[in-house]
Amino acid sequence: MATYKISVNNKLLTVDADPDTPMLWVLRDHLNLVGTKFGCGIAQCGACTVHFNGFAVRSCQLPVSEVKDSKIVTIEGLSAEGTHPVQQAWSEVDVPQCGYCQSGQIMAAAAMLKQNPHPTDDDIDLSMSNICRCGTHYRIRKAIHLAASKGGVTK
Amino acid sequence: MSDQSVSRRHFLKVSSIAGGGIMFGFHLLTDASPVKHAAGAIFSPNAYVSIDSNGLITLMSPNPEIGQGVKTALPMILAEELDVQWDKVVVEMAPLDQSKYGSQTTGGSGAVRTRYTPIRNAGATARQMMITAAAQQWGANEDDCYAENAFVIHKPSGKKLAYGDLAAKAALLPVPANVKLKDPKDFKIIGTRVHNIDNHKIITGKPLYGIDTRREGMLFAIVARPPAFGKSLKSFDDTETRKVAGVKNVVAVPSRNLVAVLATSTWAAKKGRDVLKVVWEETSKLESTADHDASFTELLKNYSEKPGRNDGDVDAALNNKDYKLVEAVYETPALSHANMEPLNFFADVKDGKVDLYGPTQVPARLRTEVAKAVGVPEANITLGMPRQGGGFGRKLQPDNGVEAALISQAAKVPIQMLWMREDDMQGDFYRPPSMFKYKAAINSANELVAWHLNAAVLSGGRASNPDGFPARAVANYRADNHSLKTNIQTGPWRAPTSNSVAFADECFLDELAHQMKKDPIALRLELLEKAKDQPVGKTDGGYDIAKYKSVIDLVAQISGWGKPKKPNVYQGFASHFSFSTYAAHVAEITKLKDGTFRVTKVYSAVNCGRVVNQSGAETQVEGAIIDGLSHALFSKVTFDKGAVEQTNFHTYKFLRMKDAPIEVIVKFVPSDDAPTGLGEPGLPPMAPAVGNAIFAATGIRYRKLPFEFAKA
Repeated sequence: MATYKISVNNKLLTVDADPDTPMLWVLRDHLNLVGTKFGCGIAQCGACTVHFNGFAVRSCQLPVSEVKDSKIVTIEGLSAEGTHPVQQAWSEVDVPQCGYCQSGQIMAAAAMLKQNPHPTDDDIDLSMSNICRCGTHYRIRKAIHLAASKGGVTK
Repeated sequence: MSDQSVSRRHFLKVSSIAGGGIMFGFHLLTDASPVKHAAGAIFSPNAYVSIDSNGLITLMSPNPEIGQGVKTALPMILAEELDVQWDKVVVEMAPLDQSKYGSQTTGGSGAVRTRYTPIRNAGATARQMMITAAAQQWGANEDDCYAENAFVIHKPSGKKLAYGDLAAKAALLPVPANVKLKDPKDFKIIGTRVHNIDNHKIITGKPLYGIDTRREGMLFAIVARPPAFGKSLKSFDDTETRKVAGVKNVVAVPSRNLVAVLATSTWAAKKGRDVLKVVWEETSKLESTADHDASFTELLKNYSEKPGRNDGDVDAALNNKDYKLVEAVYETPALSHANMEPLNFFADVKDGKVDLYGPTQVPARLRTEVAKAVGVPEANITLGMPRQGGGFGRKLQPDNGVEAALISQAAKVPIQMLWMREDDMQGDFYRPPSMFKYKAAINSANELVAWHLNAAVLSGGRASNPDGFPARAVANYRADNHSLKTNIQTGPWRAPTSNSVAFADECFLDELAHQMKKDPIALRLELLEKAKDQPVGKTDGGYDIAKYKSVIDLVAQISGWGKPKKPNVYQGFASHFSFSTYAAHVAEITKLKDGTFRVTKVYSAVNCGRVVNQSGAETQVEGAIIDGLSHALFSKVTFDKGAVEQTNFHTYKFLRMKDAPIEVIVKFVPSDDAPTGLGEPGLPPMAPAVGNAIFAATGIRYRKLPFEFAKA
C-alpha cells in the first residue's frame, strides 16, 4: 500500500492503494466514481476510457502509481450537468440502448473531437475502437457528426 | 403467485386509502390483498401510476430494462391513455411484485406485446375516473368532458380541473367496468419519437447499474470456478491469498463448486483469487468442439425419430431422377452472451433476511432460487432491479444471484460479487452450436418440389423451425432435429433457434434461387404465392403470408433491389419471421481497394404491428442488425477438453466502428395491429443477408459462421 495524490476532475484527491492498482478500480472502488465502467480489464473494449492530460486512455491499463502529476478527467468531470457538446449530441441522437459502454464512448469521442473537430467517416473509423454490444455504432457516428457540426468540441 | 401476465382474468380493484386518494390495481380473482400505494402519493390509480397533491405523476415500468427500451416504451403506453404530457411524468422501475404486475420476466421480445392492452386499460381507467370526478364536481354531463394533458376540460364552458385536484374525489368513485380506449388516430405519444428515459443519467455517468452498487460494510467478491465443464472443486489452499493486502476472507461454496475471495476492493479480491491454489477434479466427460462436430455429422446420417413436420414424400422426391438435387451443409458455432456489464450481484444475507440487488431478466425466478439455496422464505427476500448493461438471454439464468447470496451467507457480510470478463466468458450458458444438412429437389418446370432440413444441435437448443417459411409452399417438406447430450451449459441467446436456422435457411434459399436462375426475392414471392394458393400441410400457427410479403416488398423498394448499382457494390437479401414479427434485410457490401469487403449499408423493413416508440423501435432493429453482423463476422466459442478456448475480447471478437455499416435504414410497415416483438426479430436475417451479398459479389458460398472470407 502507498499513498497517492492524484488530480481527478480538477480535484486533488488522496488514495491509499497498491502501486499496481489500475485507475479503473481506484476510480470505482476507492473514489466511488462509478461512471467509468469495467468491461474487459485488458484494454480491448474501452468501457473504462478516461482523459489523461486530455487524451483518451483505457484506465484498466493505467496503474495509479503512473498518474503522478497528470490530470485525469472522467465522465463525471466532462461537464457539470451533461452539457458537453458530445453528451448533448448523444442525447439528441438518442444513442444509448443499455447505455453501459456509453460513458467510455463519449470520453473517446470527446478526446477525438478535441484533436480533430471535423472528423470524416474514415477518421471516426480509425479513432473509435470501443466495443458496443448493443450495436449503437450507427447512432454514435451520427452523434459525432452532429457534435462536430454544432462546434464547441475543442473545449 | 406464478408468472402470469395481466390478462382478462385480472380485474381492477379499487379501495380507499387514508388521505382521500384512491388506488386500484390488477389482481387475480383469488387475490384480495390490498395494493400498497407509493409513499407520499395521494392518488395511486393502480400499481403503475401515482399522482401526488402537486400533480406530479409517477409511472412504474414493470419489466427489467436490459437495453431493449421497455422502461421508456411501457410508460409511454400508460401516459397515452392517461392523457398526460410525456415530459411531465417521472418513470421509475417497479419493485418485484408479480401479484400486481404479472410476469416481470424480460425475454422472448414479450414486454410490449403482452402488456400493450392491459396497460392501455390501466391508463384509460384512471382517465375515465378523473372525467367522472370532474363531471360530478361541475354537475355536468360526462359526455361533455374530456381529458388532456393531465386536466379534465368541460367542453361547453372551457372550465378545467387538474388531475391532482381531482384525486380525492376520484377515490370515492366505483371503478368503471368497461372503459373506452382511445381511438389510435388520437394518439399523441404512441408512435412518436421518444428518447431513452435514462439518457441523462447514462451520459453523465450516474450509478445506474448493478455493478455500481456500493453499500455500507460491503466487500468485493471475486470467485474461482471450475476451469472446464466436467470438473469440480476438490480442495483449495488460501495461504497466499490471505497475505494479499485488502483480502478479508476466503469462503468456499462446495454446492456450487466455487471459492470466493472477499476484499476491500475489486483489485485486491482479483489479486487474491489469482494466487489461490485450487485443485479441480474431473467428475464427468471433458468435451471438445471437434467431438461435437463429429457427433453432429454422425447424427445427420439418419433422420430423427419424429420429424418436426413431414409433408408429402421427401424421400421419393429427392430420389426422383428427373429432378435436380441440391445439397448443402451449414454450420453455426457456440456463442457467448458477453454482456458489456459482466455478471454481478449484491447480496446481504443476515438474520433470516436477504437483500438482493443486481442484473437479472428473471427476478421472480431468481428470488425463488435464492430462497431455496439459502433456506429463507421468499417473503423475507427483497430484490431491487437496476438498469442492466445488456441481457441477450444470459440473465434468464439466475446463477449470479444465487452465487452472491450463498457467498454472503457463508461469509456473513454484504458482498458485491463480480465476474471478471474471463469468468463471464468461460462460465456462460452458450448459444448451442448447430449443423444443418439440406437436400432440395427442383423439377423440370423449375419449381422447388422438395425441401429437407436434417439438423443437429447441442442439447438445450433447437436447430429447425419446422413450420417456418418455406413450409406450406413445398409439396414434399420435412424438418428433422437431433439433440446431442452435453454437460456444457447452453441456453437462450438473442432470438433462440432463429439466430442460427435463419442463417442456414435463408442462405440455402439463395442457393436454390441461383440454381433455378431466379431472382432471390422473386423466388420467395413465388413460394409465398404457392403457400397462399396451394398450401401444403397444416397452415395454422405459422407465418402470415400478407405480412411476410409486406416486408419483402418494402425492403425491395427502399433498397433499389435489382436496379443497377455503383461499381463494386453488391446486395444480398434475407428475411425471417420470429416473435410474431416479420423482418427483411438487404445488406449492401462494397469491395474496398485492398480487395476486402465491408457492409456499408443495410436496409431493413419490419412489420411489428403498431410501433410504440419510433426512436426506440428503430434503434432495436439497428442494434440487432449490427449485433447480427458482428457475430456473423467475428464471434465463436470453441471448447477444448471442457474448457472454453476464448477468454476475453482479444479472442472472442466484436465488430468495431471500422467494420460497422455507415448507414442503417429501418422502415416499419404501417400497421393498426397490436405491437409484436421487437428486441430480437431484427437479428436473424442479418447473417444470411451478408452471406448472400458476398455470394452476389464473388460467387463463393460461405456456409459456416463466423464467415472467414477469402480476399477477392
